[in-house]
Amino acid sequence: MSLLEVQDLAVSFVTRNGTNTAVDGISFGVELGKITAIIGESGSGKSVACYSLLGLVPMPPGRIDGGRALFEGRDLLQLGESELRKIRGRDIAMIFQDPMTCLNPYMTIGKQLMEPLLYHHKVTGEVARARALELLEEVGIRDPESTIDNFPHQFSGGMRQRVMIAMALINEPKLLIADEPTTALDVTIQAQILKLIAELQHKRDIGVIFISHDLAVVADIADQIVVMKQGKIVETGNREGIFHNAQHPYTKKLLAAIPTDSKQARPGTVEPLIRVQNLCTWFEQGKGKEPVKAVNNVSFDINRGEVLGLVGESGSGKSTIGRSILRLVHVTSGQVMFDGTDVTALHGGELKHMRRRMQMIFQDPFASLNPRMTVYDTLAEPLLLHGIEDRKSVAQGVLKLMDDVGLARAFVRKYPHEFSGGQRQRIAIGRALATRPEFIVADEPVSALDVTIQAQILDLMQQLGREYGLTMLFVSHDLAVVRHLADRILVLYKGEVVEQGTGTELFESPQQAYTQRLLQSIPGRSLHA
Amino acid sequence: MWRFISLRLLQAIPVILVVITVTFFLVRIAPGGPFDSEKAVTREVKAALETQYKLNLPLFQQYTAYLGDLAHGDLGPSFKYPGRSVNELIAAGFPVTAELGFYALLVALCIGGLAGIIAALRPNTAQDYVPMSLAMIGICMPSFLLGPLLVLIFGIHLDWLPVSGWGDIPGDKILPAITLGAGYAAYIARLGRAGMLEVLSQDYIRTARAKGLPEWQVVLKHSLRGGLIPVVAFLGPAFAGLLAGSFVVETIFQIPGLGRFYVQAAFNRDYTMILGTTVFLSVLIVLFNLLSDILAAWMNPRLRAQFGNN
Repeated sequence: MSLLEVQDLAVSFVTRNGTNTAVDGISFGVELGKITAIIGESGSGKSVACYSLLGLVPMPPGRIDGGRALFEGRDLLQLGESELRKIRGRDIAMIFQDPMTCLNPYMTIGKQLMEPLLYHHKVTGEVARARALELLEEVGIRDPESTIDNFPHQFSGGMRQRVMIAMALINEPKLLIADEPTTALDVTIQAQILKLIAELQHKRDIGVIFISHDLAVVADIADQIVVMKQGKIVETGNREGIFHNAQHPYTKKLLAAIPTDSKQARPGTVEPLIRVQNLCTWFEQGKGKEPVKAVNNVSFDINRGEVLGLVGESGSGKSTIGRSILRLVHVTSGQVMFDGTDVTALHGGELKHMRRRMQMIFQDPFASLNPRMTVYDTLAEPLLLHGIEDRKSVAQGVLKLMDDVGLARAFVRKYPHEFSGGQRQRIAIGRALATRPEFIVADEPVSALDVTIQAQILDLMQQLGREYGLTMLFVSHDLAVVRHLADRILVLYKGEVVEQGTGTELFESPQQAYTQRLLQSIPGRSLHA
Repeated sequence: MWRFISLRLLQAIPVILVVITVTFFLVRIAPGGPFDSEKAVTREVKAALETQYKLNLPLFQQYTAYLGDLAHGDLGPSFKYPGRSVNELIAAGFPVTAELGFYALLVALCIGGLAGIIAALRPNTAQDYVPMSLAMIGICMPSFLLGPLLVLIFGIHLDWLPVSGWGDIPGDKILPAITLGAGYAAYIARLGRAGMLEVLSQDYIRTARAKGLPEWQVVLKHSLRGGLIPVVAFLGPAFAGLLAGSFVVETIFQIPGLGRFYVQAAFNRDYTMILGTTVFLSVLIVLFNLLSDILAAWMNPRLRAQFGNN
């Protein structure tokens, strides 16, 4: 018998604008000792389905319309709040996406860790603390004795996720629900956390529901895969079946969205548009402290029409390089030559003129768009500011941009919050293109997006790059994405370039240990083999 | 931490100097003087008095002399109460006002804090609307209206509580404390509600629920600290405001506190008393603001760590 058997689960949200069906009659099971992955894009109902099992969907506005969820023979959906509370955190535990916000910043991790144990099992503080230390050790926190009384902000993102996992496992639950546990993390950290979850699951022989938008992430660990779209399950199968014999077109689309190929090297002019020489960008830490050397003595060229990929983990200085070229941060020393002019020496009007030729696309398309400006205003502003269009022709210019980035003209009067993440990133790309730049810095432009949307945006960027004859610096922590788009790739580690080459060169014969580690971290490697 | 405190205290010095200077010259511009009263005194007596209190000196010299005395902690003699110094008068009145302010703050914190938390637990329901509407009324109703109203109901109509005095009859401190605290309770309720709502929508609250903790533990252990930080930051200015604003309540309930001295001093043109009380209160305001800032920062581990480093 399955550990958890969900049958015809239906959940909806009742709002002023009508009833919204989030989960539309889904059925799936989780076996003891197996990992079931639920895959779908944002809004597919995958998280709501799992939260509703534990009564974690706020009601109202949420409402369970029907179905059964048998956990060890008991229907979770029929249990009262106090019954459910006994199961939560004891028999079924959860870990969440963003370890930065999921731990209470006002409590030490030790207290938070011990809480489920103290509450559910009424053990003494000493026993709980000893157990917490054991678990911290088990999830790979170094020196737990001295870190257990630290607050969450004293840990890195990966370490916090380890703490979350320890907290979930402290009561030895039979089922673990992991909701996008690695989405907010770097690839290398993601690989470590995935490995850890798989190991702990195997060791304890528990059931796991692993929720993700990315099929590649679960490729190495899932036993059973459930693919959801718009509240319904479109396909269920074991790993082999889904990856090698997918039936449903949506599953095939998800698989196609995993970038696997290297861009073909493009013969062309070898005339550098950008020449970065001995670039150093250091951040002062206050008196008497060593400055943070975010970028340290980096030199490279970007040829006209080339896409240069910049890869590294958080803190490797990859974003700072992009910002230094655009003069968005103060450059400590070195030169950035753009078309023969040293950008670092420009001031005032010259700088403004130069910025028109260089634009930037940011990671979070929601934060980087002004929520109080319509798409029209957002796109018209740079056109007018840089004198590209006048008042009469600006409307035409805006509509042309909308066409170019693939947004319907009818959306022109809408505000950013009315768009999805992918559409918002299209707006941001449109805004960057408005000044007819020659050079674009794209800083993790797809890492906040679902995989299917990622593929669309990458295609769009590639197509626009050709159309506009753009030179591009593409910054990302994801080697697979960079490989798909870039002509050449620079691997960055702690502010310095450790290796460079074409995608094929790096993937087939990485020279440096760090590059090899990055490659091994790419989820779903087994697929390419 | 010490760096932060000493920096803030240094910043306060020019503020207090400006307060002294403006008050000093403002009261002098006001028509009349301390010895102009219905009972006319002879010119000689008045001249003798003015010499005694250094009023015969040029204004600027009086100002520098006052600053000199102040540097030694001497607020000067009272003009209205011969033979008593301003220091003595403040020392007599302040404990009463401070006690009243403390009780009022306690009332404000208990009623306001509770109302804010209760409202935040079920936003946009009756449980939210009722306390918040009461809070709105509390903000709108001035203490000179609320005080007599409470006196009418609880003092005269129901005859439960004494209506005046301070520490003479048991229970005579209750009505003044409520009257003074009511307005602040309303502010605290609104701040508390906003803070709690913010915290309750955080991801870590979902984590706490996923652990299976009962709702009261989620609220008390996981939400209260973060949610009440804005309230704590407000306490300093609130207490200072209670001290400076207790005049109306002290008058209604016949309480011998500093507030009444303060206003009477203004009517009497008791220059040193006005100045002394103003300086004293502005120092307190600075100190309490600093204190609540430190407390609020200390409640946030991230800021506490920064303090520790300095």
